[in-house]
Amino acid sequence: MPRQAITLEAGRGPGPSLSLGRVLVYAALIAAAVFFLVPLFVMAITSVKSMEDIRTGHLISWPRHFTLEAWSKAWDTACIGVNCVGMKGYFWNSVRMVVPAVVLSTLIGAMNGYVFSKWRFPGSETFFSLLLLGCFIPFQVILLPMSLTLGKLGIAQSVQGLILVHTVYGLPFTTLFFRNFYVTIPEEIIKAAKIDGAGFFRILRKIVLPVSAPIFVVSIIWQTTQIWNDFLFGVVFSGSGSQPVTVALNNLVNTSTGVKEYNVDMAAAIIAGLPTLLVYIISGKYFVRGLTAGAVKG
Amino acid sequence: MSETRARKPLAGGLEGILPRLVLAPTFVAILVFVYGFIAWTAWISLTGSRLLPNYKFAGFAQYLTLFTREPRWWVAILNLFIFSSLFIAFCIALGLILAVLLDQRVRAEGFFRTIYLYPMALSFIVTGAAWKWILNPDLGLERLVRHLGFSNFTFRWLVDSKMAIYTVVLAAVWQSAGFVLALFLAGLRGIDDSIIKAAQVDGASLPRIYWRIIIPSLRPVFLSSVIILSHIAIKSFDLVIVLTRGGPGYATDMPATFMYAFAFNRGRLAFGAASAMVMFLAVMALIIPYLYSELKGTRNA
Amino acid sequence: MKRLLIAVLLLGLLAFSATAGEVEVLHWWTSGGEAAAVGVLKQLLEKEGHTWVDFAVAGGGGDNAMTVLKSRAVAGNPPTAAQVKGPQIQLWGDEGVLTNLDDVAKAEKWDSLLPKVVADVMKYQSHYVAVPVNVHRINWMWVNPAVFKKAGANIPTTWAEFETAAKKIQAAGFIPVGWGGQPWQEATVFETIVAGEGGTAFYKQTMIDADPEALNSTTMVKVLETLRMVKNFADPGAPGRDWNLATAMVIKGEAAMQFMGDWAKGEFIAAGKKPNVDYVAAAAPGTAKQFLFNIDSFIMFKVKNAENVKAQKAMARLILQPEFQKVFNVNKGSIPVRMGMDPKLFDIPAQLSMKDFAASSKSGDLVPSMAHEMAVMPAIRGAIMDVVTNFINSDMSARDAAEQMANAVQAAM
Repeated sequence: MPRQAITLEAGRGPGPSLSLGRVLVYAALIAAAVFFLVPLFVMAITSVKSMEDIRTGHLISWPRHFTLEAWSKAWDTACIGVNCVGMKGYFWNSVRMVVPAVVLSTLIGAMNGYVFSKWRFPGSETFFSLLLLGCFIPFQVILLPMSLTLGKLGIAQSVQGLILVHTVYGLPFTTLFFRNFYVTIPEEIIKAAKIDGAGFFRILRKIVLPVSAPIFVVSIIWQTTQIWNDFLFGVVFSGSGSQPVTVALNNLVNTSTGVKEYNVDMAAAIIAGLPTLLVYIISGKYFVRGLTAGAVKG
Repeated sequence: MSETRARKPLAGGLEGILPRLVLAPTFVAILVFVYGFIAWTAWISLTGSRLLPNYKFAGFAQYLTLFTREPRWWVAILNLFIFSSLFIAFCIALGLILAVLLDQRVRAEGFFRTIYLYPMALSFIVTGAAWKWILNPDLGLERLVRHLGFSNFTFRWLVDSKMAIYTVVLAAVWQSAGFVLALFLAGLRGIDDSIIKAAQVDGASLPRIYWRIIIPSLRPVFLSSVIILSHIAIKSFDLVIVLTRGGPGYATDMPATFMYAFAFNRGRLAFGAASAMVMFLAVMALIIPYLYSELKGTRNA
Repeated sequence: MKRLLIAVLLLGLLAFSATAGEVEVLHWWTSGGEAAAVGVLKQLLEKEGHTWVDFAVAGGGGDNAMTVLKSRAVAGNPPTAAQVKGPQIQLWGDEGVLTNLDDVAKAEKWDSLLPKVVADVMKYQSHYVAVPVNVHRINWMWVNPAVFKKAGANIPTTWAEFETAAKKIQAAGFIPVGWGGQPWQEATVFETIVAGEGGTAFYKQTMIDADPEALNSTTMVKVLETLRMVKNFADPGAPGRDWNLATAMVIKGEAAMQFMGDWAKGEFIAAGKKPNVDYVAAAAPGTAKQFLFNIDSFIMFKVKNAENVKAQKAMARLILQPEFQKVFNVNKGSIPVRMGMDPKLFDIPAQLSMKDFAASSKSGDLVPSMAHEMAVMPAIRGAIMDVVTNFINSDMSARDAAEQMANAVQAAM
């Protein structure tokens, strides 16, 4: 049940008034907003400066000439290794990897969450805890054994390998989200359905799935962000035709010798981060709604 | 809410095994890709592997070397504790405070919320460059503030051996606090009205209401936050690498970067594996009791 | 007529594809100049009908690339060639995954084209498993003569002279040393001092043999004290600074000198500076006769497909042939590893370097660089560098550091 917000002037009457309390609240929020926005601002403004401006100015100095040269270079012609084709190809590689992995890990997580919350059996809680522990494994540890395994499965250095890796390591999280959400569905409804003779899939279809939209959004947003932004798996398990955009960005930004073109670097960084950024801007509201609906309770 | 037991016995047809069947793929995956790999790493840590894995048993020599002859390891461990405790504490504090503030029927709540959340959307490869600049003594904040007139302002934490780790905390909190904010905001919104109204009728002051009623009912959110933040803290590899590369010297080294350097860059795979096992065991020692106490409690919720 | 043309084309294509193999190359030359240099090899290979599959992984001077390489080797499908240098080549040889290039070496007479010191690094158990690409000299000192003149100082030839000159420069309001506070840069200056103050024999004992007694000696204590003295002439903004930004300080006249390998030359050229007019490239103090080398090389893995084997051998052959040696090194700022090339193809600092390369090879002063992974196993190099960087960034005493260095090396063996 959604709750009315508790305001700082509890009992003082309806509607917010411009009291000292509220001024302080807004001041604090704005200060925090500045703190959060500064790096993005630095990136954006650097990406539209010329190298001359960067050398002579400082972090947030206003550019003397606006130029989008760095952007077109980052997308189209920047040298990522020997091939000077910019980021665009790698962008597509990331998409090919992210979409299946997100879909798979979300669907499987949903099924798992359903079982863990509504179809418990002896040992299921233990298994859930063991699954949760999978959230804590540092990924450097699994690099070599995973390579061994992918090699044996014949999918090393391929998009399929990356999809497998991301799906497996996303399962603990998606399962956690769905399980916690489904726990909030009242037991009575399920019990009643079972008495009426409904089975596993019927309950899933008729009762559980219809209310799952918020948690699907949460899971999709979380997984998309994690997988799109991953670098370690992307660099180790990809082949030359499947390197994701984070690897390309790293190649661009971390060149060990030569002239650093900071404006191109920043433009490329924004390009690499744009999809996830957009996802958050567009669906942030649903994200919180999904969390509200119980992604993290219970 | 009492736990319902499966009403049909195992032998009672498909319904009985269907839940198990559904979980089976995940079960196999976790068995192999998490626990199997941990076992593999444990085995390697007991060998003499250098560049690539070899499987000949060599005892606990690596662990001995790790703890008695490697000063850098102790720096890494200490850093993990400093970093994790500060990171988790600040993220929760900042997230909770901002959530409470945002909950005050603020205008443009969505706008603020988006601003606080967006850092989580970006990879550190992306923002690391920007933070490095901001914290750079010559090019960044120091230069800017001096430009504004405070010519004696210094901000050299990034390059100071003792203070560098705190810059890592700063950048990490910046990235993750927004997510904690979202969790707490959701938690706040989910609290039942009647209890609060009753307390207000009783004349309880606002701080008291928060302290006695609201924060305790956010306990599950604390759990989720700690889980996710711990996960991020342990994984913080990209962050350290991009911001400080473990420096100055190795003052900001962490077990994750330590393990990576020794296993992959220095051809001491078994040694790196040993450090990974120690890191993992230490984390387990902390997380398992916490998970146990929390999950046991919610079973009876 | 058209049909004949098509037939000929088809036949030509068939003939081409009959010899067309593929090489997959792992490297981290991702910046403009380097990428252009490697691009030359790609073109040469494609001219012979083979395909080049590029696999670039930047970051950490090869750190990421090495991780990827190891994981691919573990998975059982390494690339055709990978950018690996120094003693690491031996480690890969130990794993039994490298191919034998002796046939190409014999046909192209590599033994007579490469100094023995270099050839030995490329061989595993006396068989060629790798191809060297270029030679970098580490012990250079890049000087802005205008700054020296304004300060009334002389370009130093010993470390004692350095101290005198640095004090004068500092008094005149300039920064004596453009310093980049990253472990590999610190190690670069460190080993330059080891060579310059300790001499070639001491350098060999400490940086190549890693003899604990030599590492914990009074000479090493003296070297470390000199290192700290040099570091104290750097500006406070040095920690974490990239090498090319330190070079920029010298170019702009903010700093007087930088101790860096010959790739710094590229920065001066890009800024339009002329040698011996705007800048002077001199040997670091005390190291005039010594040549600390860093050689980039490609190791070649065992490849199954016969066509790809042909392509691989073609790549190995092309790398050491004069055309590639010339174009690559002119683009990258290093000197050819193939001896006997015409010096006039290169610029003045390179010519000086080539002369010193040959001379030091004869006199026994041609030594591999520890800082650039040419001298010792990565584990030992890591141990030494940890101590050096910790020493520089703390107030540890030189005596303690020398002792710790000896201990760390022994623990890492």
